[in-house]
Amino acid sequence: MKKLMLGNEAIARGAYEAGVNVASSYPGTPSTEITEFVAKYDEIYSEWAPNEKVAVEVASGAAIAGGRALSAMKHVGLNVAADPLFTMSYIGVNGGLVLCVADDPGMHSSQNEQDSRNYAIAAKLPMLEPADSGECRDFMKAAYDISEQFDTPVLMRLTTRVAHSQSEVELFPRQEVPVKAYKKDVAKNVMVPANARPKHVIVEKRMADLVAFNNTSALNKLEMNDTKVGIITAGIAYQYAREACPSASFLKLGMIHPLPEQLIRDFVSKVDVCYVIEELDPVLERQIKAMGLAVRGKEEFTLLGEYSASMIREKLCGSTSEASYSVDETIPVRPPVMCPGCSHRGVFYVLNKLKLAVSGDIGCYSLGCAKPLDSIDSIICMGASISGLHGMEKAQGREFAKKSVAVLGDSTFLHSGITGLIDMVYNKGTSTVIILDNSITGMTGHQNNPANGFTIKGEPAKQVDLEKLCHAVGVDLVTVADPFDVENFEKVVKEHLAAEEPSVIIAQRPCALLKIAGYTGCCEITSDCKNCKMCMRLGCPAISMTENGPKIDATLCNGCGLCTNVCKFGAIVQK
Amino acid sequence: MNIMIVGVGGQGTLLASRILGAAALRAGKQVKLSEVHGMSQRGGSVVTYVKYGDRVASPVIEQGEADMIIAFEELEAYRSLPYLKKGGVMIVNTQKTNPMPVITGAMEYPADILETMKEKGVNVVACDALALAKEAGNIKSVNVALIGVMAKNSPLSKEIWEGALEDAVPAKFLEVNQKAFALGYNH
Repeated sequence: MKKLMLGNEAIARGAYEAGVNVASSYPGTPSTEITEFVAKYDEIYSEWAPNEKVAVEVASGAAIAGGRALSAMKHVGLNVAADPLFTMSYIGVNGGLVLCVADDPGMHSSQNEQDSRNYAIAAKLPMLEPADSGECRDFMKAAYDISEQFDTPVLMRLTTRVAHSQSEVELFPRQEVPVKAYKKDVAKNVMVPANARPKHVIVEKRMADLVAFNNTSALNKLEMNDTKVGIITAGIAYQYAREACPSASFLKLGMIHPLPEQLIRDFVSKVDVCYVIEELDPVLERQIKAMGLAVRGKEEFTLLGEYSASMIREKLCGSTSEASYSVDETIPVRPPVMCPGCSHRGVFYVLNKLKLAVSGDIGCYSLGCAKPLDSIDSIICMGASISGLHGMEKAQGREFAKKSVAVLGDSTFLHSGITGLIDMVYNKGTSTVIILDNSITGMTGHQNNPANGFTIKGEPAKQVDLEKLCHAVGVDLVTVADPFDVENFEKVVKEHLAAEEPSVIIAQRPCALLKIAGYTGCCEITSDCKNCKMCMRLGCPAISMTENGPKIDATLCNGCGLCTNVCKFGAIVQK
Repeated sequence: MNIMIVGVGGQGTLLASRILGAAALRAGKQVKLSEVHGMSQRGGSVVTYVKYGDRVASPVIEQGEADMIIAFEELEAYRSLPYLKKGGVMIVNTQKTNPMPVITGAMEYPADILETMKEKGVNVVACDALALAKEAGNIKSVNVALIGVMAKNSPLSKEIWEGALEDAVPAKFLEVNQKAFALGYNH
């Protein structure tokens, strides 16, 4: 049976068919659906962990205990999980362990464009890279075999266009793989220096064995056509190159680390000119050039963004493709915006009004940086809002803390904000933190988390009490406030800024897209409107300026009522 | 065959692409779809590519390559125009949603988009899909009404499209979507 599947769904299918027992992940675009689809298979235990480091450790424990295990994350998630990654390379596995990492060339939904293939080299791990959904399924099954045969975790690298593209996948039944017996093995699993030194020797031997394996592996495909041009490539870049130059000869790599040296040498010797085509860093190219082979790569192709068939065609064949029709005027862009009814809007309205410096974080609320709310000063990575603000206070002094705040979501707070808060309290900071508690992990498409008290399967679980948690780490001043009551919220923010102690405001209101938000109807502007434009400061997509003053679009408005709270003339009513 | 679906995040473009994919599968073609998830879904411009044929390599459609574009919103139709192949069909839902630069007053929503495109010689098929969806009984069936309009202009048979609807639409919403499809098809 064949089915159209997203790359991410096919990864989950491959894991299912390979008999995976345990999956633990933290959501992150473009990897999120892998674990969401895994959760639909009852044969696999699955969970959302508070962050990627925890997730990879859970999967590592499961593998050491003899189960087949999976963790999936976005590229920057692998940074968080890098600590267990590097040492699991030494420990190896008992049951197979596959870690999926999804890169985002072009940064559709990311804060940087890092190339995770560098991790395979640094951590000395095999890495596979599929080019469509069918390969996603096939490579997952191969990855578990490689993991157990070579006693190593395996990295599965995806990019956005593979993760979020659909193509056909043939479905096979699940292969039940019994969980292996747990064995205490101190030399293998206890990484103290005396054990790690001999393990490093084994890791280097393993890499050499994997090169030999890869030279004859069916994961790599040789397509010999015209030998004037040869192309070495992998993943989505193969698809672009194949479309651009169907007559060229291809060495399409499936296992991209460690490289199949002999296979590459043979291929390069058979073609007149050989190109290495890969998005982002010259990871393959550098290694192939280090073999002493003459290939061309980043001399022709950019280090930036996504590639395309036309770009490759232009470089290799000199032909350019042109649009048939053009748009001859500058048209307005349509950037992503906070949804109508977004619980974050009230918070940023107040922060903008008070002209505070805002240390931001990763989530839907990153959109608070856009006009007209325009109130985020910095965004680094998950959890950095609190620790970053603490650093700002230590550099600028106490007065700075009176006019600055950190903002981050409930899920991000539990991911890695809590450690920053502990640091701030322990080291006598006095800054103000606002936790945007909207009862869900929003940006990645509504995943449950420990703060909303539901598991990945929607079952009730113990709920983290954010208020008590903040108290427990030593924050005495904690206030829960509704961000849509803007008058009170502004008062609370001012009180917290003035306090000579670290403090937390929990801005509590559910995401507008959740049923529990309970919004109905819509708002309407009455003839009392004085055209003061105060409501326009909210940046609500449902309110537009017209020649006759502001107007609410009834098809977009969900009746959240925030605008009725900011209108000084009572000219907006809920219907 | 290269088909693009363009719109504003949250308009239901993903279901439309699934129906297209199911139709191509029923026609015995190789098919690839490329979607957008994550941040840009939050009210931003969204684009889905559907490609089918005997062999499809890249899942992405580039400028000048689309045989058909289904636009859920007028400005997004205009934005996608450079992707349309000479002689291609531009199906436009006559709905306007202001983007943030228009909302804040920094820019104006371009006037007479449909006329401008027609003057350039574009084969524009305009349709008030919201009215069709209301007539079908559920305003959320705008996407399927547009698929109906598109099906009428496609080389695949009506039977294939009707089968694709059954493949891609959840059973409890099938009837209303079948109505919306028929209204679009006979538009």
